[in-house]
Amino acid sequence: MELICPAGTPAAYREAVDAGADAVYCGFRDETNARNFPGLNFTREELAASIAYGKARNVQTYVALNTFMRAGAERLWYKAADDAVLLGADALIVADLALMAYISETHPRQRLHVSVQASASNADAINFLVQTFGAKRLVLPRVLTVADIAALAPKVACELEVFAFGGLCVMAEGRCSLSSYATGLSPNMQGVCSPASHVRYREDGEEMVSELGGYTINRFGADEPAGYPTLCKGRFHIADDGGYAFEDPVSLDVMEHLDALRAAGVTALKIEGRQRGKAYVAEVVSRLRQALAATPEQRPALLAHLRRLSEGQRTTAGAYEKKWR
Amino acid sequence: MAGRNLRITLGPVPYLWDGEAWRDFYFRIADCAWIDAVTLGEVVCSKRLHFTQPFIDAVANRLADAGKEVALASMAMVTLEREAMLTRKLVEASPWPVEANDLSALGLLSGRPHLIGPFVNVYNGATARMLASRGATRICLGPELPLASVTEIIGAASGADFEVFAFGRLPLAISARCAHARAKGNSKDNCQFVCQDDPDGLAVDTLDGQSFLTLNGVQTMSHTCQVLLAELPALQQAGVSHIRLSPQHCDMADVAEVFAAVRDGRIDAAEGEARLRAIYPDVPFSNGFHHGTTGAAWIPAATEQVPA
Amino acid sequence: MILPKAISQPINRLPLPVIQRGTKLVFNQMLRQHPTLFDRLGDHATKSFRFTPADLNLSFLIVPARRSITVSRKSARMPADASAGGPLLTLLALLEGRIDGDAMFFARSLSISGDMEAMLALRNALDDSGFDLPRDLGKAAGPFAPLVTRLAEMVRQRALVGLV
Repeated sequence: MELICPAGTPAAYREAVDAGADAVYCGFRDETNARNFPGLNFTREELAASIAYGKARNVQTYVALNTFMRAGAERLWYKAADDAVLLGADALIVADLALMAYISETHPRQRLHVSVQASASNADAINFLVQTFGAKRLVLPRVLTVADIAALAPKVACELEVFAFGGLCVMAEGRCSLSSYATGLSPNMQGVCSPASHVRYREDGEEMVSELGGYTINRFGADEPAGYPTLCKGRFHIADDGGYAFEDPVSLDVMEHLDALRAAGVTALKIEGRQRGKAYVAEVVSRLRQALAATPEQRPALLAHLRRLSEGQRTTAGAYEKKWR
Repeated sequence: MAGRNLRITLGPVPYLWDGEAWRDFYFRIADCAWIDAVTLGEVVCSKRLHFTQPFIDAVANRLADAGKEVALASMAMVTLEREAMLTRKLVEASPWPVEANDLSALGLLSGRPHLIGPFVNVYNGATARMLASRGATRICLGPELPLASVTEIIGAASGADFEVFAFGRLPLAISARCAHARAKGNSKDNCQFVCQDDPDGLAVDTLDGQSFLTLNGVQTMSHTCQVLLAELPALQQAGVSHIRLSPQHCDMADVAEVFAAVRDGRIDAAEGEARLRAIYPDVPFSNGFHHGTTGAAWIPAATEQVPA
Repeated sequence: MILPKAISQPINRLPLPVIQRGTKLVFNQMLRQHPTLFDRLGDHATKSFRFTPADLNLSFLIVPARRSITVSRKSARMPADASAGGPLLTLLALLEGRIDGDAMFFARSLSISGDMEAMLALRNALDDSGFDLPRDLGKAAGPFAPLVTRLAEMVRQRALVGLV
């Protein structure tokens, strides 16, 4: 299986390549991708240099154009697609139906991957995208179990890529407006979830309080491991009970199911984390690269360390296991 | 009075209601002259289907007999083979037009007249135009879209009618995990249909006591109720032809009457809002998405322009 | 990891003007060698960032656009747009991009407050800049060269085992 690795900066790109990535995915410095964070991402020149660095080492580059085109500003996305093709991207990762149509018509030879944000979670949906736009690969939403994926793979006419490690969306991707409900900015439109511009941390006695758009998302005790201030991993009151309504601060780790995913016919494993530092990228990529070559017995020791780098310093297999539901 | 062209539609009941209560709700809707079209069906969770299935034919026929346009909604999230089968069967055998709420239904419906529900991502005119060319006759835009986008989309796409979510708690997210069952100590697979205990959803407050969200099975909704009343002229000007009311646990026939009264100029928006507050009390209103800001925000109607 | 007292106490005993002179020297040298920092910072370069090492009685206020760095005792509590605090070695490792800021935050080794957008932009700018304390400073650190070298060694030893 291929290892698809994140890069938010050229430095992280080089770390990912050097640590053993088969492909690195990245985005431009604007709202055309879903990690539109301050100080992150690539200029055209940086992407060109990075692609060259990857090509020289036989590593592919995927460009994420995985937000939905803002009505009236479609040119920004079309131009980003044109430029990515021109610069030699090996694949474009796309969520918007009209952008898929544009790419399949304008750049018919360009390899098209369907983003997780497109939310295609069954064979009919996937085959519709394959037949209509010539998609070669689909990134599965994190709503299926390993058994569901195994049942799905033989029915679809394209490669499947699954998230294996990193941030965990609790909600079906591409269909979540929680962030914009609280902040006005959303993954689908602005390419941000729980944006830093609306995050505030404050001390309240011993506790650290995280707020998003004025809403209290969590209160962490003095030494309690923390997470991102994302709504789906906050503590809330339901009736009189306080707790994690949707999910704890935790990251995804499905390496325990590596062999089952391989047997299911999954083509590629994806690591989330374009917003993370290059040190994280280097560490996670090299550990997962080793784990792919290791025996199942050797894997836990290789991966245990990664938990310390994870949200809440914990990991879960999430929706890949039925009991999570 | 401008605005007469805006037609009023009723979206599917998002919550799990007892089957008979669900039927009786629609029978009352059939008698409500202000509602022009109704989309029916379980959109949120396939486990709930058997509650309404026995009544759906009677309800659809009654609504059609009363002169309403009837459509059946497909599910918003299709993951299991059983759900995929149900979607295929709906598309193949529905006696009524189908409203697509996921990409599988969208693909299966291609080439025949159908509706697009708010769970299919339509963020630009190019997408709307493509859907119209594949057979979509009416597109209900997602509630996250600001008026600026609505205007652009309709301006760029011809061949379909456009509908906007004008009343109801906002559908914000859907998950493989059931937070509603979890909140009551159950898992999704053994949920015991606890969401039925909350016919208007289960409140989620912040640790500091701010009202925030509402659980509805695997769906997360807003705590606030979207209300676009003062915005009706702007919506019509943008080319919107239908406004969608999403059922809450209140008298939706009365809600429809208020929207019709404001649309037809019999009362002004302020009075309409006051009447809605009486019909659906204790839930704050929001219209932030429409105004391009936080969805939870309530932007009061601009005060009358004072001539200089 | 908290600095050993054998290192922190002598630093704390230095008069402020001496520390101010030394850090300014180091700071200017580093900005000269990493001009791309400003590109990623964008408008956030005009904001003020305060760094407070938990193990020193010092606080550093930086305004990148003005190329200014001001050192004070902790008690002075200089106002800033965004602030970060944590062990000195953690802050230095972040400067060099040798550890991941998010992981340090999750582990509560790093506290942050104020303008998060500015702080994130700075983090990402630093991460891509390739700071390398001993290499960048060379002899520029003057009388502080041995101290910088010693701290950089400690950062490297700790970062390798993920313990900064």
